[in-house]
Amino acid sequence: MSKAAEIDIVSVSKVYGATTAVKGISLKIPAGTYCCLLGPSGCGKTSTLRMIAGHESISSGDVRLGNTVVTDLPPARRGTAMMFQSYALFPHLDLIDNVAFSLKMKGVGKEERRAKALDMLKLMQMEAYASRRPAQLSGGQQQRVALARALITDPEALLLDEPLSALDPFLKIRMRAELKKLQTSLGITFVHVTHSQEEAMALADLIVVMNDGRIEQAAHPRTVFERPATAFVARFMGDHNVISGRVAGSRDGMVVFDVPGGVALAASGQGRETGEPIDIAIRTDHVRIGQPPAAGLGFTGIVSNVEYRGSTVKLSVNGAGIDDFTVIVDDTSFFARPVAVGDAVPIAWDAEDAIVLGRLDS
Amino acid sequence: MTVALDQPATIATKPARRRRSFAGVAPYLQAAPLALILGAFLLLPILMIAVVSFWDYDFAAMYPDFLTTNYADTLGSWVTWKTYLNTLKYAAIVWALTLFIGFWVAYFLAFHIRTTAMQMVLFLVCTVPFLTSNIIRMISWIPVLGRNGLVNSTLVQIGLIPKPIEWLLYSEFAVVLAMVHLYTLFMVTPIFNTLMRIDKSLIEAARDAGASGWQVLWNVVIPLAKPGTAIGTIFVVTLVMADFSTVQVMSGGQSASVALMMKNQMSLLQYPAAAANAVVLLVLVLLMVAGILRIVDIRKEL
Repeated sequence: MSKAAEIDIVSVSKVYGATTAVKGISLKIPAGTYCCLLGPSGCGKTSTLRMIAGHESISSGDVRLGNTVVTDLPPARRGTAMMFQSYALFPHLDLIDNVAFSLKMKGVGKEERRAKALDMLKLMQMEAYASRRPAQLSGGQQQRVALARALITDPEALLLDEPLSALDPFLKIRMRAELKKLQTSLGITFVHVTHSQEEAMALADLIVVMNDGRIEQAAHPRTVFERPATAFVARFMGDHNVISGRVAGSRDGMVVFDVPGGVALAASGQGRETGEPIDIAIRTDHVRIGQPPAAGLGFTGIVSNVEYRGSTVKLSVNGAGIDDFTVIVDDTSFFARPVAVGDAVPIAWDAEDAIVLGRLDS
Repeated sequence: MTVALDQPATIATKPARRRRSFAGVAPYLQAAPLALILGAFLLLPILMIAVVSFWDYDFAAMYPDFLTTNYADTLGSWVTWKTYLNTLKYAAIVWALTLFIGFWVAYFLAFHIRTTAMQMVLFLVCTVPFLTSNIIRMISWIPVLGRNGLVNSTLVQIGLIPKPIEWLLYSEFAVVLAMVHLYTLFMVTPIFNTLMRIDKSLIEAARDAGASGWQVLWNVVIPLAKPGTAIGTIFVVTLVMADFSTVQVMSGGQSASVALMMKNQMSLLQYPAAAANAVVLLVLVLLMVAGILRIVDIRKEL
C-alpha cells in the first residue's frame, strides 16, 4: 500500500528551559519495523515521538525519514502521521469528515475525499458508523477512526502516542492484536510509545528502553528480556533480580564481587578492575531452591513471603545482604517440597543465568 | 436524601417511612428559594406588564379593562416600526463589531498567552472598566469625542482636518462606539470560555493533517467556538435591544430606540402603551434568542 521509511535519529536533544528532556539520543529504526519506545513517565519517550512527528522542535541533532532530513519540516510534509493519546478526533465533525480532514486541507473535492474516507472506514470496519460523531463511539471504535484518519494520508511511518492507555484491559489486548495485524498488512514503520513492558513485548520488533532522556537499550524484545543491558532495563522489564556489589577479583574466567554486608558472588565476565561497582541480573524463574549452590552462584536466605499464583509460587527471600530476592517456582516442584515463611533456604543458579549489567556513561 | 440513605439497614420501618416522605418533599424545599425569587421578581412583574398592556388610560389615570387598542396603536404606528428598525440596526452593527473584536481578544488570550496566571491577569484587565458604572463610562466619551474634545483638537492641531468633525459625538456613530465599548466583554467572556475548553491536541491533529494556521482557525477553532459565540450573541443582542440610556446620551436625543420610546411613554404617564410596547419587544427578543438556540446547541456548554 505504501512504502515504509527508515527513521534515523542522530544525537537528538530536547531542552525545555532549564531541563533537558532528551539527551542526545541516536537511534536507527529500520523500514517496516514495529518499534516501541518504552520507559517510565518523564523518560523522554513522548518528546522523542513528538520530535519525529514535528510537533516539538528539535533543540539539536537531526531526524531523517527515508532519504529526507525532516528536522525543520512541518508535520504534514514529513510523511509521518500521528495518532494522539486521546485520539484527538474532531468533536464537531462526523466520522467521514474526521477521516477526510487531511484531504480537505489539501483541497481534494468533496465527493472524492468522502469516497476515500469511506474506503478507509471500511478498512477499519467502521463504515456502519460513518455519519456518527466521535462522542457516540466507544474507546475502541474511536481508536479505529483515529487510525483511519492517520492512515488516509498514506504515511511512511505511523507514530502512536500511548494508543492503548485509554482502553479497558480486555479491549487493550484486542486492540493491540489489531495494531500488530495492521502493521504487518501495511508494512509501514510504526513507532509506538508505551509505559507497559507487556505491551511492548507483545508488539515490538524493536524495543527502545528509555530512562531520564537516554536510551538504555534498543534491541529485539527477546534480547532485551534475556540480556538486559543495564540495571534499569532489568528492573523495568521485571522478572529479574538485580544484585549490586563491588568487584573483588577474578577466578576461572569469572568476576568475583562482594555484596555489601553479605556474600561473595561470581558472574562470567572479564577485565573488571577491583573495587569497581558491578550489577548482575538473575531471572526470577531461573533460580532453584533447596539445592546447595556452587561457589559464588547462590546464597542462603530466610523466606519472608510466599504468594501462591496458580501455576507458579512466588517466594521473597532476604539474606546475605540481598533484600527481597524474588524466586518463581512452578507449583508442582514447590508443593513437592514446600517451604514456609521464616525457613532458611539455599538458593542457587547457573553461571550463564547471572548476567553482568552495563552502566551508561554519565 | 443522603441522610435517609446513610441510615443502617436495621432501622425500624416506621421512622424510615416518615423519613422517606420527608425525602420526597426535600427537593421541592431545596428548589423553593429560587422559585420564590424568580416568581416574585421575574414572573410576577412580567405578568403585571402583560395585564396592564390591555388597560385603558388617559392623561391622569389607568383604568382596568381589556382593550387591544394599545397594541393596535403601537403596531399601527409608522414611528414604532421605524424605531424598531433603528434598534435592530444598532443590534446588528454592534453584534458584528463586538463579535469581531471579542473573538480576537478571546483568541489571543486563549491561544497566544502561554501561562494561565497571565491569562487570568489579562482577563481581569479586560473587566477593569466594569468597576465603574455604565453611565460614567458613557459620559467619559464626551470630552474625548466632543466638538472641542481630544480627538477633534488633536486632528485640527496636526492639520489633518480644517475644522472639527461634527459626527463624532451626538450621532449614530457615537451610539455604536459606546455600545461596542460597553458590551464587548460580554462577547469575550463566553468565547474565551469555549476556546479554553478546546483540547490542544485537536489543533496538533489538524496541523498533522496539513492544515495551515487559517485552516485550523476556520475548520477547528471557529466551529468549536460556536456555543460561546451564541451565548455572547444572546447577551449583546438582548442588551442592545433593551438599551435606552446609551442611545439617549450618545445621540443627544437625535436617535431613538424601542426602550427609549417606552421611557418617553412612561414619562407621559402612558403606562399601558409602554407595557404593550414592552410585551412586543419581549416577544421579539425571545424569538431572536429562540432562533439563535435553534442554530447552535449551547446545552453542552452549560
